Amino acid sequence: MAHEKNHDYHILPPSLWPFLGSVGAFVMLLGAVLWMKGSAPYMFFIGLALVLYVMFAWWSEVIAESNVGDHTPVVRIGLRYGFIMFIMSEVMFFAAWFWSFFKHAMYPMATFSEGQWPPPSIEVFDPWHLPLINTLILLCSGAAATWAHHALAHENNRKDMAWGLIIAIALGVIFTFFQAYEYSHAAFGFSGNIYGANFFMATGFHGVHVIIGTIFLFVCYLRLRAGHFTPEKHIGFEAAAWYWHFVDVVWLFLFASIYIWGS
Amino acid sequence: MADAAVHGHDGHDERGFFTRWFMSTNHKDIGILYLFTAGLVGFISVAFTVYMRMELMNPGVQYMCLEGASLLPQAAADCTPNGHLWNVLITGHGILMMFFVVIPALFGGFGNYFMPLQIGAPDMAFPRMNNLSYWMFVAGVSLAVLSVFSPGGNGQNGSGIGWVLYPPLSTTEAGYSTDLAIFAVHLSGASSILGAINMITTFLNMRAPGMTMFKVPLFSWSIFVTAWLILLSLPVLAGAITMLLTDRNFGTTFFDPAGGGDPVLYQHILWFFGHPEVYIVILPGFGIISHVIATFSRKPIFGYLPMVWALIAIGVLGFVVWAHHMYTVGMSLTQQSYFMLATMVIAVPTGIKIFSWIATMWGGSVEMKTPMLWAFGFLILFTMGGVTGIVLSQAAVDRAYHDTYYVVAHFHYVMSLGAVFAIFAGIYFYFPKMSGKMYPEWAGKLHFWAMFIGANLTFFPQHFLGRQGMPRRYIDYPDAFALWNQVSSWGAFLSFASFLFFIGMTFWVLVKGKSVNLANPWNEHADTLEWTLPSPPPEHTFEILPKQSEWDKGPAH
Repeated sequence: MAHEKNHDYHILPPSLWPFLGSVGAFVMLLGAVLWMKGSAPYMFFIGLALVLYVMFAWWSEVIAESNVGDHTPVVRIGLRYGFIMFIMSEVMFFAAWFWSFFKHAMYPMATFSEGQWPPPSIEVFDPWHLPLINTLILLCSGAAATWAHHALAHENNRKDMAWGLIIAIALGVIFTFFQAYEYSHAAFGFSGNIYGANFFMATGFHGVHVIIGTIFLFVCYLRLRAGHFTPEKHIGFEAAAWYWHFVDVVWLFLFASIYIWGS
Repeated sequence: MADAAVHGHDGHDERGFFTRWFMSTNHKDIGILYLFTAGLVGFISVAFTVYMRMELMNPGVQYMCLEGASLLPQAAADCTPNGHLWNVLITGHGILMMFFVVIPALFGGFGNYFMPLQIGAPDMAFPRMNNLSYWMFVAGVSLAVLSVFSPGGNGQNGSGIGWVLYPPLSTTEAGYSTDLAIFAVHLSGASSILGAINMITTFLNMRAPGMTMFKVPLFSWSIFVTAWLILLSLPVLAGAITMLLTDRNFGTTFFDPAGGGDPVLYQHILWFFGHPEVYIVILPGFGIISHVIATFSRKPIFGYLPMVWALIAIGVLGFVVWAHHMYTVGMSLTQQSYFMLATMVIAVPTGIKIFSWIATMWGGSVEMKTPMLWAFGFLILFTMGGVTGIVLSQAAVDRAYHDTYYVVAHFHYVMSLGAVFAIFAGIYFYFPKMSGKMYPEWAGKLHFWAMFIGANLTFFPQHFLGRQGMPRRYIDYPDAFALWNQVSSWGAFLSFASFLFFIGMTFWVLVKGKSVNLANPWNEHADTLEWTLPSPPPEHTFEILPKQSEWDKGPAH
C-alpha cells in the first residue's frame, strides 16, 4: 500500500502467528486436561511445542523489525508502557497467592491448622540458612543486571555489559538450583496440607518466573553479542531488566512473609 | 467503495479471505470479528436460557428428563428430573455470557473498532497482539463449549457448578468438564489482559495531536478505565482458578478444610475479580450511551469532566466492595458494615452519570431514532437495576434476598437489560458506519419494542418471585410460584423472537440494505472523529493524523 503517512506508529502486515499460537494454546490446554486425567501427554507436548515455536518465531520477527528501524521513539514508548502493564498484571497474579497465604497465616483454620500458623504438624524451613543465601544471590543478580544496564547506557561498554549479564544469568541459575535443592529437602508435602500448598505454589510460580527471567536475560546476552543494543535503543534489555527486578521484589516479599514472618 | 474513491484512498482490497480474517492486524477487522463471534456465542447462551425458561414455565419437570432431554413436554410418569442438565445449562449460560459474550462485544468489538478511531490513531499500539487477543478468545470459547459436552459430574456430561465455580462443588465435580471450563477462563483472561494492555497503551500513546486526556471522547475514556479494571482484576481470578485446578488434580487443600484450607477464601478472591467484572461489563456501555444520547438530543454531553471522573470513581470503588456478594458467609458485622457503606457510595458516581444523561436530554431536541430508543431503554432499566442494587447492598435486607430470584432480577436488569441494551444501542448507532448500509428504521424499532417488552416481562416478575422466597438455580418449584414463572417464560420467548428477528434483519440489511453515502448519517452532534470517515471506513484510516479542528468542537477550556 503506497499510502502516504505522516506518523511514526508501527502498522504491521498480516501475520499468522496469533492464529497459530492460539491453536497451540488450545491443543496444549486440552492436552493438559487429558494428561491430568490419565491419558498420555503427547497432545500437551505437541501444543506446547507449537506455542514455543510461535513465541520464538514471533519475537524473532519483532527483533528483525526493530533492526530495520520500525521501532521509532513513539513506538518504543508504547513498548515500554506495554511491558510495564504486563508486569502489573503479574503483580496482581501474585496477589492471589499472597492473599491465600496471609488469610491462612492470620486466620488459621481450626481443623488441621489447629488455629496456629504454621500448623503444628508442619516442620518449616529455617529462613536464615538457604533462603537467606538465596536472597543474597538474587539481589546480587539484580545488581549485576543493573551494572550491565549502566555499562550500556552510560559508557557504551559492551565488555562490562557482557560480564554483568553473565553474572546475572549465572546467579539466576544458581538460585534455581538452590531452590530445587530446598524443595527436595522439604519436610512437608505439596498435597494434603495448606502450608505446602501455599508454600509450593507461591515459591513455585516465583521459581518459574526466575527461569523465564533467566532465559530472557540470556536472549539479551545473545542479542548483545549480535550487536543489537545501542546506548539509546535497547528496549529488549530494558524489559528483561525490569522483569528481573520484579522477580527480585516478589522474592523479597516471599522471603519476608512466608519464610520469616510465617515461620 | 465510492466514498473511499472520493477521499482519494485506494479502495481496492487485495487481501484474500484467509489473510484478511485469520491473519488480521487491522483493528477494524478484528473488531468486526469480535462482534460476530460474540453474537454467535450469545446465541448459544441465549438458547440455553430459552430451554431453561421452557422448563420453568410450569411446575414439575417436563423437558429435562433423565430419560432424555426433549423439546416436547413429557408426562410426569415418563420423566425423572435431570437436575444435572439444569445445572450445566445455568453454568454454561453464566460462563459464556460473562466471559465470552459481553466483554468481547463491548471491549473487544466496539473498543477495538472505535477507540482508535475516536482518538485519531491509525491502528492499535500492538496490532499483531490484538489478533492474539481475538484468537485466544476463540480458543477459550472452544474449550468452554467443549466443557459442556465432556464427561462431568453425576455420570453425565458437563459441569453443574455455577459460573462462580465455588468449592467444594467445583473441586469435587467428577470428570474433566470442570478442568476444561477452568482453562477456558484462563484463556479468556489472558486474551482480555493482552487486550487491556493494548487499549491502555493505545490510549496513552496514540492520541491525535492536541488531544489531551480530558479532551478524549467519553467512549474512549470508558474503554480506558475498563482496561485498567481488566488488567488488575483478571490476573487475580487466574490465581484463584489455578488453586481450584491444583485442588482438583494435585491434592492441594487451598479450599479443603480437611487440610487446613478454607472454601470462603475462594469466594473472596473470586469476587475481588467478580465485582470489577460487572463494571468491566457495564462501563463501555456507559460510553456508548453518552454518545448516543448527545447525538440524538442535539446537544453536547452535559458535564463532560464529571462524567470522566465518575467513570474513574466507579472503576476505583469497584475494587473495594467485593464482599457484598457474600454477606451470608459469616463475616463479622464490622466487615459487613464496611462493605455495605462502600457499596452504597458507588451510587454517587453512578448517579452523576444518570443525571448527566438526563440533563443532556433536558432542553435538547430529542429525536427518537432507534439507537436513542435503546439508550432510553437502557437508562430506565439500568436505573431500576441500580435501585434494586441499593436494596440488596444492605446486609440486613440481603439476609432475606440472598440467592433468591430477586437477585436474579437485579443483575439481569443491570446486565441483560443494561449492558445488552447498550450493545444494541451501539450496534444501531454504528451499523451504518461499520457496514455502509442502513437498516430500516421500522425494523430497529420493532426489535426494540419486542425486546423491551420481552425483557421486562421476563425479569420484572422475578422480583415478585424473589420476594415470595423462590430460590434461584432450581429446576422445579412449588405451585405457588406458577403464575409469575409463566409470565417470565412468555417474556423470554418474546425476547428470543426479537433476537431471531434481529439476526435475520442484520443479514438481510448487510446483503440487500440501502447504502449510506454519508460519512455522518445522523447529525452534527455525532462529532467524534469516526464520523469524519467514509462509511464503511477504508482499510487504513488516519494515515494522515487528523488536525485538531477536525475533532475539537468544544469551547476552549
